[in-house]
Amino acid sequence: MSTTEAAPPVVAPPKAPPVRKKRPRWEIYVPLGLYLLFTLVPFYWMVVFAVRPRGSSSLLPWPVSLENFETVWNGMGFGVFFQNSFLVGVASLVATTAIALPGGYALARFRFRGRRVFLIALLCSQFIPGAMMLIPLFEIFRTLGLVNSLSSLVIAETVFQLPLSLVLISGFIASIPVELEEAAQADGCTRLRGFLLVVLPLLRPGLVAVGSFAFIHSWNNFLFALMFISDQDKFTVPVGLAFTLGEFSVDFGALAAGGVVAALPVVLVFAVVQRYLVQGLSAGAVKG
Amino acid sequence: MVALGERKRRRRRDSRTPYLLIAPAVLAMLAFLVYPVASVVYYSLQHRQLSKPWLDGFAGLDNFARMLTDDPLFWQSLGFTAKWVFVEVGLQFVLGLALALIVNETFVGRAVARALVFSPWAVSGVLTTGIWVLLYNPTTGLSRYLADLGLMEYGAAPLADPATVFSAAVLAELWRGVPFFAILLLADLQGVPKDLYEAASVDGAGRLRRFAHITLPHLRDTIILATLLRAVWEFNNVDLLYTLTGGGPAHQTTTLPLYVAATAAQSHDFGYGSALTMAGFVILTFFSILYLRLGRYGAQR
Repeated sequence: MSTTEAAPPVVAPPKAPPVRKKRPRWEIYVPLGLYLLFTLVPFYWMVVFAVRPRGSSSLLPWPVSLENFETVWNGMGFGVFFQNSFLVGVASLVATTAIALPGGYALARFRFRGRRVFLIALLCSQFIPGAMMLIPLFEIFRTLGLVNSLSSLVIAETVFQLPLSLVLISGFIASIPVELEEAAQADGCTRLRGFLLVVLPLLRPGLVAVGSFAFIHSWNNFLFALMFISDQDKFTVPVGLAFTLGEFSVDFGALAAGGVVAALPVVLVFAVVQRYLVQGLSAGAVKG
Repeated sequence: MVALGERKRRRRRDSRTPYLLIAPAVLAMLAFLVYPVASVVYYSLQHRQLSKPWLDGFAGLDNFARMLTDDPLFWQSLGFTAKWVFVEVGLQFVLGLALALIVNETFVGRAVARALVFSPWAVSGVLTTGIWVLLYNPTTGLSRYLADLGLMEYGAAPLADPATVFSAAVLAELWRGVPFFAILLLADLQGVPKDLYEAASVDGAGRLRRFAHITLPHLRDTIILATLLRAVWEFNNVDLLYTLTGGGPAHQTTTLPLYVAATAAQSHDFGYGSALTMAGFVILTFFSILYLRLGRYGAQR
């Protein structure tokens, strides 16, 4: 029997029992509807302003015009900002996952001296404010010659995203029964082979979640990009958007189009992975 | 004998393995988290201004004396930070809990509803600002269309009016912050044992009693942790307030971290900025510990 077949889908979400209720549940739909309105009206507003032609004041996104996107993408450099943000996001995603995966495995599967201290340090690191790290980080990057380079953003993002990623990954790994790995080892696998063949395939949703959050986080970060980057051709999307807010506040169409460019990647990614987040947190992250 | 020796060797290797595995994370955090924190402590005791290098040198407690006795802006920013954190976290908690309870129920369209109501969480503070600037604008914003329908007076400009700028900022941040609470609480709600509810129902406990005696106690630690994390993040909120109000008018919406950023970026005064940073760090640590103690975090487990 091969070890890959031995793995049942243990992390599949438990199916809720079907609820048979004919009566519409107003106590759910009414407040939820109101909250949906609060959530969606701002998004809708942005999209309508982004796609409607200049001079129009229609509240329907029809006919669709792409002139605002043309303005921000080519005229205001959002194409370049998008590329920078994307590079930084993917690089921090890869770095965060590569560092947090072995670390999370150690936290989930080993009891070692210093484990508790490390876990407490991870919690405490959440109290370290990004804004308060600006001055020393600026000095460090100046010494390393990384000020005004995208690498400085990748490093800062990765380090700030590490604590949460470690906790999430170790939660996901802890929810995979250790017996599966032991069975693989009994069949003659090394620990590494057992990890690659048994744990890694089951960990895929967890890795997707952690990687996505690293990406979202770094896509959104404003402060580091604002402080460490001065050349306009190295701006990221949030910095570009902030300048749009400041300098072109009359051009609402451009602002809205820039907003759509900034929102689209992260909202799409988030819509796909949000259920893994809830799962991952249930798996033990909140319980520490 | 051979087997025993092998097992022994294996255990020794195992005992080193976890340290090798966490080494990259530890090294990265030592270099870019721990070392920077230590250097903030060091700078706070130094005169260090990039624009006036001739002043560099040991300052003793000069920076702290200036902060405590000679800087009204420090106290003003601290006061606003407290107000901001208190209002934001309070409202986010109430709305987040309600939202989590709703989307924890089973109903048609739940998966879509969850994805939609949680989505603002993925959005940056700067983008939130952009969206709400559009909504609040007196000529193109929501109020104009409501006025067209006769539901409002024309000309409301929440961000330009000192009387409403605070509420306007609070609402924008709520839009982005409530989903965070809801996600954390929802994750924990899923762990409430279903048979407890059934047993309580059999005993005749109503919806409200079940909530007060089963749900709330179960959520306790998560509530404490979530409010604390959110309070820290709202304390440190820079991206929304920086772009929405710029800290104005007249520094009325300047939080301590905004003040630090301004001190570092505009005056390049790293010594004084570090002293302000220390103040923020000490305040956060003090209140965090106090809060965890008072809330008896982890007492039940």
